[in-house]
Amino acid sequence: MEQNNLKETLLRISGVNPRKCMKCGKCSGTCPSYDEMEYHPHEFVSMVENGETEKLMASPSLYRCLTCFACVERCPRGVQPAKLIEAVRLAVIRQQGMNHLKPDQLPDMLDEDMPQQALVSAMRKFAK
Amino acid sequence: MVFSYYPGCTLRTRAKELDEKARKCAEALGITLEEIPDWQCCGGCYPVASDEIATRLSAVRALMAAKSEERPLVTLCSACHNVLKRTRHDLQTDETFRDRVNRYMGNDPVYAGEGEVIHFLEMLRDKVGFDTIRAAVKNPLTGRRIAAYYGCLLLRPSGVMAFDDPENPTVIEDFIRALGAESVAWSMRNECCGSYMALEDKGIVERKSGSVLANAKAQGADTVITACPLCLYNLQKFGGQDLPVVYFTELLYEALGL
Repeated sequence: MEQNNLKETLLRISGVNPRKCMKCGKCSGTCPSYDEMEYHPHEFVSMVENGETEKLMASPSLYRCLTCFACVERCPRGVQPAKLIEAVRLAVIRQQGMNHLKPDQLPDMLDEDMPQQALVSAMRKFAK
Repeated sequence: MVFSYYPGCTLRTRAKELDEKARKCAEALGITLEEIPDWQCCGGCYPVASDEIATRLSAVRALMAAKSEERPLVTLCSACHNVLKRTRHDLQTDETFRDRVNRYMGNDPVYAGEGEVIHFLEMLRDKVGFDTIRAAVKNPLTGRRIAAYYGCLLLRPSGVMAFDDPENPTVIEDFIRALGAESVAWSMRNECCGSYMALEDKGIVERKSGSVLANAKAQGADTVITACPLCLYNLQKFGGQDLPVVYFTELLYEALGL
């Protein structure tokens, strides 16, 4: 997708306005996945605004967000970074053949105690 | 009192003790939970993007089923609760979503998110009352030190969930005290367990659940309670502590002498 259209789509489906961000870093400071990520929540906000979405789309950080909504809850400006991360992830997995998690991978990931909730949640997050 | 009830996929399989004991406790407290017919899995995670329509329909159907009975809809699993409450909020506030859902489902009259969705804990607090529970306790859990684990999904986003104070919640602590036990003060009760990463990166879950349980242990808890089957699994399996993690309904069941 052409870069400007992509940005518009991401902002529309996430409902996020990156210009509200005052770069306090609280979202990344509270993120439980901070140490697991290459790009952090505050960087998603600034990089989408700056048209650097392709780097984000290629990054494993997309699959490290736990959707715990801590960044959304604690943002003093109501920017909602988790919604933008979700939108970038969708921009990837909505493309044909780009699912991050595939059903044939699942049997090796299971054990007898794992709740169904884990499966349906992961498939919803990582596959279309 | 009769309330509509949405169990969700996991309560029928891996989390039967959450479902069965909750129903028995509710009966003992004068509430019948009547399962809504033909419910479908909520999908586990609320679909965050505003153009996700079909993925929210199972939640819409559950909400409409409870509305048609004119009863509050009670949930037990934190994930189901999050999905249902947020979808209800979308129906109330997002005109495009509401319009598309109603057209697709052919609703006449239009369904706009009417009806109440409450978690079992909210039912205990707001419909039964902790004083009533305190009076119904036959085996007070005296001397027990219980840590209340909220996780993410019950509390956030607080503007939509309206469950409790998102940073300093009290409902589970009040519940623990109503059962005669001591509620442990600890700092990690609202932190994520690692969630669905349990499938593809167990290392993350070990680090997240490990720090949660280490904190509960350090504060002297003898048990951690939760409402979420995935939190329970992650904490038990990857928490790395010799510290029991059980559903809050198991504690209630024990205290009511059932």
